[in-house]
Amino acid sequence: MFGKRKWGIHPNTHKTLTDGKAIENGKLPQKVVIPVSQHIGAASKPIVKKGDEVKKGQLIAEGCGPVSSNTHATISGKVTSVADQPHPVMGKCLAITIESDGKDEWAEDVLTKRDWQKLNAEEIINIIKAAGIVGLGGATFPTYVKLCPPKEYPIDTLIINGAECEPYLTSDHRMMLEYTERLATGILILKKVLSVKNVILGIEDNKQDAVAATEKALAGTGVKVVAVPTRYPHGAEKTLIKLLTGREVPSGKLPMAVGIVVQNVGTSIAVCDAVRDGMPLLERVVTVSGSAIKEPKNLNLRIGASFADAIEVCGGYSAPPEKIIAGGPMMGVTQYTTEAPIIKGVNGILAFTKEKINDGPQIACIRCGKCLTACPMGLNPSMLSILGERSLAEEALNDYHLMDCIECGCCAYVCPAKRRIVHLIRYSKKLSAKKKEVSK
Amino acid sequence: MMIFIVIIAVMASVGLIFGLVLAFANKKLAVEMNPLIHVVEDILPKGQCGACGFAGCQAYAEAVVLDKDVAPNLCIPGKKAVADQVAKLTGKAADDLEPRYAFVKCWQAPAGNSKYVYDGVDNCWAAALLQGGPKECAYGCIGLGSCVSACVFDALHIGEDGLPKVNRKNCTGCGKCAEACPKSVISMIPVNAHVAVHCNSKKKGAEVRKVCKIGCIACGACVKSCPYDAITMVDNLAVVNSAICVEKCDDPVCMEKCPTKVLQSYMLDPNALLKKAINQ
Repeated sequence: MFGKRKWGIHPNTHKTLTDGKAIENGKLPQKVVIPVSQHIGAASKPIVKKGDEVKKGQLIAEGCGPVSSNTHATISGKVTSVADQPHPVMGKCLAITIESDGKDEWAEDVLTKRDWQKLNAEEIINIIKAAGIVGLGGATFPTYVKLCPPKEYPIDTLIINGAECEPYLTSDHRMMLEYTERLATGILILKKVLSVKNVILGIEDNKQDAVAATEKALAGTGVKVVAVPTRYPHGAEKTLIKLLTGREVPSGKLPMAVGIVVQNVGTSIAVCDAVRDGMPLLERVVTVSGSAIKEPKNLNLRIGASFADAIEVCGGYSAPPEKIIAGGPMMGVTQYTTEAPIIKGVNGILAFTKEKINDGPQIACIRCGKCLTACPMGLNPSMLSILGERSLAEEALNDYHLMDCIECGCCAYVCPAKRRIVHLIRYSKKLSAKKKEVSK
Repeated sequence: MMIFIVIIAVMASVGLIFGLVLAFANKKLAVEMNPLIHVVEDILPKGQCGACGFAGCQAYAEAVVLDKDVAPNLCIPGKKAVADQVAKLTGKAADDLEPRYAFVKCWQAPAGNSKYVYDGVDNCWAAALLQGGPKECAYGCIGLGSCVSACVFDALHIGEDGLPKVNRKNCTGCGKCAEACPKSVISMIPVNAHVAVHCNSKKKGAEVRKVCKIGCIACGACVKSCPYDAITMVDNLAVVNSAICVEKCDDPVCMEKCPTKVLQSYMLDPNALLKKAINQ
């Protein structure tokens, strides 16, 4: 009975603003700010200093620790500072600023064509690790870590996530249409690394053209393309797995516990670029959209270019923006400055006018239960928010499965009392992490 | 009439039976407890603050009576008076307990120093989740009062400038507020210390200057001026060793030398002193 429960929400997708527009290249930025922490795990360690000349594709910060990632220079020029700079998620972060010399020269021995079919899994993983590839869907989990699962978890299925369920965003959609060949190669490379037979590409059914294009490109490779119903959050890792395979990831575990690895389509394309052409992760496709943007577009931008650069390419603002968000409107992070750089995990830049923002004073929970029906993880967000208000993190953790919340924002979206449920849950998570630290 | 007598008789006999059971249980199943524990617990201030390191006042009372290694002066809110009484009751020797106060290091009012309009959960930890908090200075007081709600002795309130103010009459020095601050703006200081550093920023001088006009710029003038080497520079922030100050110094030149007037006296109203210093 509960399996058939209709969870999630179906907001207006607003994708028509950009889904018909081809990806444009942004102009070469004058200056890039490259934070050392763009991924989950330990920050990378800068290996260049102020005054150094760097070339495009050169390693400028090295990953350290088991879960970390390399960072590369995305333009050629001179390092002007290694200091704290704005960061779209963390507020401030140590970053390497490079001023362009206008030449945009590649570093030597970066671009090397390889025949990926002759490489073995270990070699491919090392290339992916060196190229600094992380999950480009937004979570930025280092890709190489996902590709070497521990022995106790045998992997039998690879899922490529092309659902793109966040409203407004169309970057994955356009990539599937325009970079189809690279995507197909990337999927086959990932398939070879994990040596799995079962590969599924899940795409939401509001992108029929992408389904048709990828089906054509992947014909005869054994990769299944499946159209999933359009509903938020079908692109969330755990819900997509449930939808495509019927398996449920146990509480507190990673997808590898049920023998599945999930990779985003953007990540697969980056894998193809790195393995086949030797290109490290320097660019990503970003959707710039929203009611305050003059000409919404899909842009291919250098990592480290500022939000202001991207908005300028789109003709600036049509009306004064009230809120600027990095990522989608459901899970994105509100920005306080457009000086913040585009990092690996930013898949969209949205600027909204005041009328478009669903804002208002928060009142007490009226116990209507709407959030319970909306929650894709089957949690009780109303109770979690009440416990959050009272700082009872321990109870939320033990009795209400606090850590299973994926922070998708469905509960806050449907809440008629306009409660900041996700914020309260994140606060509870922070409190329980702090308590754990203290008890150590 | 008969029915009343029957009811009374039945109820009385039921009551008698249960009374006997309870009396029996009270004698047979009684838990031996040292009466001293209750006496000690009555003396403790009952803030349940946990500053002693135990789960609450009762837990500490039990421990201090039963365990001979637990010192009698661990109750910080109770200060010397309680320590002495507990020592007397338990027959232990109480060492001198140095009283301490909560001290708010940040002087920058949150209202004039914000990078965005915060409209979320009314709690400093929740605010700090969103890009390090609304304040420009990453080390400054956010001013949403997590420390105020943590204080069980009503010793903190948010002042007109949006910063927490310590009421020294009520402050017992338990340190709950210091734990409750996500930016570690509150520190516990000895009561007789006379020079304080009114800044919490560990940034370099130029970066501090950009976001705050009254922060420690780590120029080192205080370190050089102190004849007793009581001041050191740790992570771009002056740190005063109060023990040396109290023992040796009666003319703190460091306060005059400080260009941003970050080094100031610990007073009930530090702002008055700041104004005086600026006027001079």
